[in-house]
Amino acid sequence: MSDTALMELAEQIKTTRPDCVLSTETAFGELTVHVALASIPAFVEYLRTDPSMQFTSLVDITAIDHPARDARFDVVYHFLSMWQNQRIRLKAQVREEEMVASISKIHPSAGWFEREVFDMFGILFSGHDDLRRILTDYGFRGHPLRKDFPTTGYVEVRYDEAVKRVVYEPVSLVQEYRQFDFMSPWEGAEYILPGDEKSAKDAG
Amino acid sequence: MSVTPGASPAGAISAGPDREHATQLLNKELNDRGFLLTKAEDLVNWARTGSLHWMTFGLACCAVEMMHTSMPRYDAERFGIAPRATPRQSDVMIVAGTLTNKMAPALRKVYDQMPEPRYVISMGSCANGGGYYHYSYSVVRGCDRIVPVDIYVPGCPPTAEALLYGILQLQRKIRRTGTIVR
Repeated sequence: MSDTALMELAEQIKTTRPDCVLSTETAFGELTVHVALASIPAFVEYLRTDPSMQFTSLVDITAIDHPARDARFDVVYHFLSMWQNQRIRLKAQVREEEMVASISKIHPSAGWFEREVFDMFGILFSGHDDLRRILTDYGFRGHPLRKDFPTTGYVEVRYDEAVKRVVYEPVSLVQEYRQFDFMSPWEGAEYILPGDEKSAKDAG
Repeated sequence: MSVTPGASPAGAISAGPDREHATQLLNKELNDRGFLLTKAEDLVNWARTGSLHWMTFGLACCAVEMMHTSMPRYDAERFGIAPRATPRQSDVMIVAGTLTNKMAPALRKVYDQMPEPRYVISMGSCANGGGYYHYSYSVVRGCDRIVPVDIYVPGCPPTAEALLYGILQLQRKIRRTGTIVR
């Protein structure tokens, strides 16, 4: 998809629904539309039904956690228009105590996606028929994709010969959990890499 | 004359006794007298090792290698080893893949439904000790926390050949340690 076509689409959306759209951006040949949280159902409905849009396929719903930000979460929607051969991404900021309006009445497939976002991030969706956990264990505590969730979790399981069933116990690691990100080129290591201190000594 | 194979005088590295020769001896004895004498224990072990029906517990990518084991190239059925879809008809459970916390009670339930004597083969890194997911919040750190394991097959995933070797090792274990009452 060429950038000009995406720009045109963005302009069209902005002029027809100026109340919903906060801003638009195109990057890597993809269009992202930042929308106000309250206008999501109406905007999704418009994207689905408008003859020049026809974004009838809901590809994915997910979220991003920004612990330091005031509005902690971004809810992200991906849509595909098979009539216009275009894709679009919606982003909306959500505060931790806020609820997102469910779009499961507009796109029935949103039901399980919203359950997954609720399971992984703890974001609540209002108007969802059956909002319960979908992936994690029965009686699971916490939301794993939040940044403050410990990677190893809180409980582990074991079969107890005495009570003849699988029991839950607090995690006890035999070997300490280790971080291996000290050389990550994606993090742009700002500290001295292991071994580099020798070359500095030689130069000085 | 006993039907016990193995137990070669040359030790573990040799190819064992000449199978052809042993079969001929058995045949001669059968033709000569019309019956064979053996220990009941040997007979029971022979029967057990010759029809190890496995409960397929495919949990992840290891399950694909488990399928290869029973496909024509490695053809586990020539050892009398065949997949069964119900624990009530199985002798051995092959835990193939990542065992999650949510699946653990189900795995134990299936194991409890198997008739005695029952054996467990743990296949792949994840089932052996959590493997790649050892520090995850949702994965059991080794399926031996849930069921007693007889044979561990290492690999990620182990090849079909490795699993077949593991099954043969289990047969060996049954031959060596098997009794009528376990």
